Amino acid sequence: MSRAREQTASASVEAEQGSDGAFRLVLSGRLDAHTTAGAWREALRLLEGAAPGRAVVDASRVDYCDGAGIALLRELRRRQDARGGELVIEGLAEESRSSLERFEDAELDPARYRRTVRHGPVERAGRAAVAVLQDGRQQVEFVGELMVAMGGALARPRRLRWKDVFALIEQVGANALPVVGLVGFLMGLVMAFEAAIILQQFGVEIFVAKFIGLSLIRELGPLVTAIVLAGRSGSSFAAELGTMQVNDEISALRTMGLEPVRVLVVSRVLAAVAMMPPLTVFFDLAGLLGGAFVAFSLGIPLVTYTNQALASVDLSDVLGALVKALVLGLLVAAAGCLRGLQTERSASGVGRATTRAVVSGIILIAVASGVFAVVYYYLGI
Amino acid sequence: MNRSGEALIRVENLTAAYGDEVVLQDVSLEVYAGEVFAILGGSGCGKSTLLRHMVGLHEPAAGRVLIGGRDICRADDAQRRRILRSIGVTYQSGALFGSMTLLENVRFPLEELTELPHEAVDTIAMTKLRLVGLAEYAESPPAEVSGGMQKRAAIARAMALDPEILCMDEPSSGLDPVTSAELDQLILELARALSVTFVVVSHELASIYTIADRVAMLDKQARTIIATGTPQELREHSEDERVRRFLERNV
Repeated sequence: MSRAREQTASASVEAEQGSDGAFRLVLSGRLDAHTTAGAWREALRLLEGAAPGRAVVDASRVDYCDGAGIALLRELRRRQDARGGELVIEGLAEESRSSLERFEDAELDPARYRRTVRHGPVERAGRAAVAVLQDGRQQVEFVGELMVAMGGALARPRRLRWKDVFALIEQVGANALPVVGLVGFLMGLVMAFEAAIILQQFGVEIFVAKFIGLSLIRELGPLVTAIVLAGRSGSSFAAELGTMQVNDEISALRTMGLEPVRVLVVSRVLAAVAMMPPLTVFFDLAGLLGGAFVAFSLGIPLVTYTNQALASVDLSDVLGALVKALVLGLLVAAAGCLRGLQTERSASGVGRATTRAVVSGIILIAVASGVFAVVYYYLGI
Repeated sequence: MNRSGEALIRVENLTAAYGDEVVLQDVSLEVYAGEVFAILGGSGCGKSTLLRHMVGLHEPAAGRVLIGGRDICRADDAQRRRILRSIGVTYQSGALFGSMTLLENVRFPLEELTELPHEAVDTIAMTKLRLVGLAEYAESPPAEVSGGMQKRAAIARAMALDPEILCMDEPSSGLDPVTSAELDQLILELARALSVTFVVVSHELASIYTIADRVAMLDKQARTIIATGTPQELREHSEDERVRRFLERNV
């Protein structure tokens, strides 16, 4: 190789007294990014230990010196300068000397170019409050845009890109069946098992069926399915739209005179809204099946279990749960899309958008479930 | 530039394929220490594919790539690491880490691959940024600087460990002529001052004529190198119509 690089080579440092009594630091060997680390510590230790007024660095035995070696020489010079001493470098190859002299030490101090402004706690709090308000405003604007776009899609359904909608329905709905089914089955199984332990003590294990039927169909079905949707599809929407934002695809849409909400968000929200009720029903059925395993093991006939489970809920419970599922699907998909559209233009921005999509989705699910509980209470559902 | 000795990079009968699709067939070339070697050709002719094989990102379907006499694909892990440390690479997009400032981007390989102390890493990283004229943007994230600055920062990062070879994929693409010319000057200065060997993939003829000592021209139909020489030699004396037509365009 041109510079005769041998990775086994190393750098060494020795201190000696010159004939004129000056402190001499003799550098030898190879000074590159890998060998300089050891020499760096040793050279600084020797220099600091001797703390001479005048020091001479003898570089005549240096075989090779790249940016790391030059950095070492700069550091030695900087330390001597800071102490008010003098440093003379002898025997340095001409090309290395020109690298050393190319820039002033002050030019290479990162602090000189630092532009970070430190804010006090009050200003930080103020900035955080403004950010929250701005986010709230964006959310309101987004909801408005989404409503207009959804209205437009309903008024002129032929303008919708149905191919995209069906592909999204497959992605959000059909592809989610295994995970929704598994979670539902295991939840039904575990809940029935836990309930059976207590109910058996009172000899009323038959109520396992009522417990599972009521809790799954009325409350847990829409809630857990929506959480799975937030983790699976909400995050996917955010990552997809976020990447489009980073790649300027969203800008391209805008410059074509197209609204990203109409083109990209409506189809995703429609797919999620359309798929949440069937996914919830699938979750309920899987949960009831899980409960049936436990009931069967307790000696409850399957017919009895089914009758008891179905008797625990009426049509209003089922319809109420499906309406809730519909609304939760809307909220999760909208939150995912909004966070995707808000993505900052970097890879880490996409990661943050995905996290925010899931967090926002779950918060909205919790708040909406609370609101539904109150409303249904007053409606007598 | 020394062409009398052993070639620093030697590509021998390289065949590159993506699945069943052969992109390059039986490509051979040599790059000597200290020269600026350009790989040129039209879009889709396999320039970037060849470069990616040269830096070991892809394994050849046939043939081999020798860096300093060692086969980059058949080297053991330790040897491969040593070879890769002698190569810096810049990509078309710059490929800077968006979550880091320019200074942190340049510091990154020094922190990860060496035991150098904090002050040394800072000094070296700032020297590289100063060298490419970006010291004052050290604390800026890539998203806040222009495309040309990102490319220069990418060069600073690729040079952090003072590699012997710097491979650049389309360094001028997407840059205005003035910025492109500045980048050419930077490459020439680095080649002269630091004796770095450059392998540059480009189809920017103005750039090629300014910086390249030698060029190899790839052809999409032939899937191989159809000419090698200095840009002037090829333009004025090549008997291949495809080469002359390509090199006379826009000049």
